[in-house]
Amino acid sequence: MRRVNPVYPFRRPPELAAGRGSAPVVLVGAGVVGLTLALDLALHGIATIVLDDDDTVSVGSRAICWSKRTLEIYDRLGLGQRLLDKGVTWKVGKVFFGDRLAYEFDLLPEPGHRMPAFVNLQQYYVEEWLVEACEASGRVDLRWKNRVEDLVPREDGVELRVVTPEGDYRLDAAWLLACDGARSRVREALGLPFLGKVFRDRFLIADVVIEGFEMPAERRFWFDPPFHPGQSVLLHKQPDSMWRIDFQLGAEADPEAEKDPQRVGARIRTMLGPEVPFELEWVSVYTFRCRRLERFRHGRILFVGDSAHQVSPFGARGGNGGVQDADNLAWKLAAVLDGRAPERLLDSYEAERIPAADENILHSTRATDFITPRTEAARAYRDAVLLLAKDHAFARRMVNAGRLSTPHSYRRSPLSTPDEADWALGPEPGAPAIDAPLPDGRFLLQHLGGEPVLLVFGAEAPAIEGVRRVVVPAEGLAAERWDAKRGTTYLLRPDQHVAARFRAPDPARIRAALDRLWGRAAPGGIA
Amino acid sequence: MSDAEARSRTVDPDALFVRLVRAHRDLSPEESRRLDAALVLLLVEALGDPQRLDVAIAAARTALGKPVEPPEEARE
Ligand SMILES: Cc1cc2nc3c(=O)[nH]c(=O)nc-3n(C[C@H](O)[C@H](O)[C@H](O)COP(=O)(O)OP(=O)(O)OC[C@H]3O[C@@H](n4cnc5c(N)ncnc54)[C@H](O)[C@@H]3O)c2cc1C
Repeated sequence: MRRVNPVYPFRRPPELAAGRGSAPVVLVGAGVVGLTLALDLALHGIATIVLDDDDTVSVGSRAICWSKRTLEIYDRLGLGQRLLDKGVTWKVGKVFFGDRLAYEFDLLPEPGHRMPAFVNLQQYYVEEWLVEACEASGRVDLRWKNRVEDLVPREDGVELRVVTPEGDYRLDAAWLLACDGARSRVREALGLPFLGKVFRDRFLIADVVIEGFEMPAERRFWFDPPFHPGQSVLLHKQPDSMWRIDFQLGAEADPEAEKDPQRVGARIRTMLGPEVPFELEWVSVYTFRCRRLERFRHGRILFVGDSAHQVSPFGARGGNGGVQDADNLAWKLAAVLDGRAPERLLDSYEAERIPAADENILHSTRATDFITPRTEAARAYRDAVLLLAKDHAFARRMVNAGRLSTPHSYRRSPLSTPDEADWALGPEPGAPAIDAPLPDGRFLLQHLGGEPVLLVFGAEAPAIEGVRRVVVPAEGLAAERWDAKRGTTYLLRPDQHVAARFRAPDPARIRAALDRLWGRAAPGGIA
Repeated sequence: MSDAEARSRTVDPDALFVRLVRAHRDLSPEESRRLDAALVLLLVEALGDPQRLDVAIAAARTALGKPVEPPEEARE
């Protein structure tokens, strides 16, 4: 083992002296989602206390595939370049059946975007850098070895009981953000059902260091390969000469026996050939589930990330989905806390993120069903699709080795202003901003930030309070991708999704769209 | 006489049956399942209309004495 996880120090919380204290915003769980949310809130000026029962980052690579949208979010938070520099950029996926290539895809065929389709990077790196950034912000009170044991929800907040190595204390939180993962204690304490589909097949997941192993940076997936007959295998390249290999083991496998390094080693040797030396870094055996909470908001408690929804890893939708939850919630909570928006703006968090979770669950369920057929009929159809794929385009489109995470459009969001004009292209209200290179040598998304932006093409932008103006040319790739002519105006949300778009920068319409964005318009009404 | 009935009279039903069975002649039970699945997929593609697949599934399940809609999957 080469990797040594950092160990963060336990610091004695001041509340231990009196036995209790209070805070406006408490976040439970310093995983990738909790840390992202704490950092985003910090950049919006909101201080948080973050409680985590552990004292380190993710053990093993876990989430490795960070999608374009997630990279854009991390760019807004100041970590994008670091992910790009360290991560392995890829966009091509290959699917094999037996020893034959069945299907190949390219996730980002067009150039002119700052961020690639995917970057592979171990979850622990992302978490380490988030910890650094949270510390540097001066607004995140990170408390390691502080476990939330119990809680009592109240009208105006939550009372938490926190257990530390040096004793317990009570913490009154006006707002509680539950980022405590798939086994959420907060969810359990509230007795909330977390139902969905359980998959019986076990998977062996390994981080393997292979020095000098030459393979293009692409995702490789095998159905029924000669080196692991009857099951599937997934291979991903990571930084540090590290490879991630996922072996399907079937429903009957014994999880303890399968973790035996000798046995894992034998599987890998069969795959790579006897002459390739490797070192096992991390091994784990999993079964997968796809499920979610019915509601993500329970009064003053909001569920974010795996505590709210869980998916199988096929499609890389767990980590990416959670980061996008944080991106959605941070600006809303900040606006409510500093009085710019009414509390009901927070209802839009679940109105927007539940459909996103359902989309992720749907794709991840379908992929897992395809990869782990449960009946003879399912297996026959699956194999027939794979056999037909070589010669038939329709069958290639059915091959489902994971539909990789794509950005979600908040199409039916109450915060979006419906289009009045006709649009052939461009991001619709609710969709994330589309990147493009600009004449100044930077990318369009680099001109947006964490506040509302009025993006005007080739015309003067009207001054509107609380909105930053960005003017870009009405010709070129950006104008093309945004279906823009002279005067075309987009109002962008603080999370860089589109709130409204107009063919002319009409201040009255823009103000009305802004009211709707902040949840200030009467629900359903058009100001 | 409906269009469908008219069409089905122009093909030789016995020959059709024999052709389907013949396609499986040298196959193991597992290979047969795959072949049938491949045939269904190719025919669905040739149909070009997913609604007609729904009609066919409903008719086939009815013929087997099963309810048209299979039961929901359990959630746990
Ligand atoms: C093998 C595997 C592969 C994956 N691959 C991918 C991938 O390629 N792409 C992708 O996007 N996703 C992937 N995922 C999913 C991804 O890892 C998760 O979705 C992600 O970690 C969820 O982040 P989270 O912060 O919500 O939860 P977690 O990362 O689980 O963090 C929860 C945190 O809460 C803390 N905590 C829990 N209970 C308490 C308590 N009572 N008090 C205080 N603290 C508490 C925990 O210590 C932990 O730090 C994968 C997952 C696995 C297991």
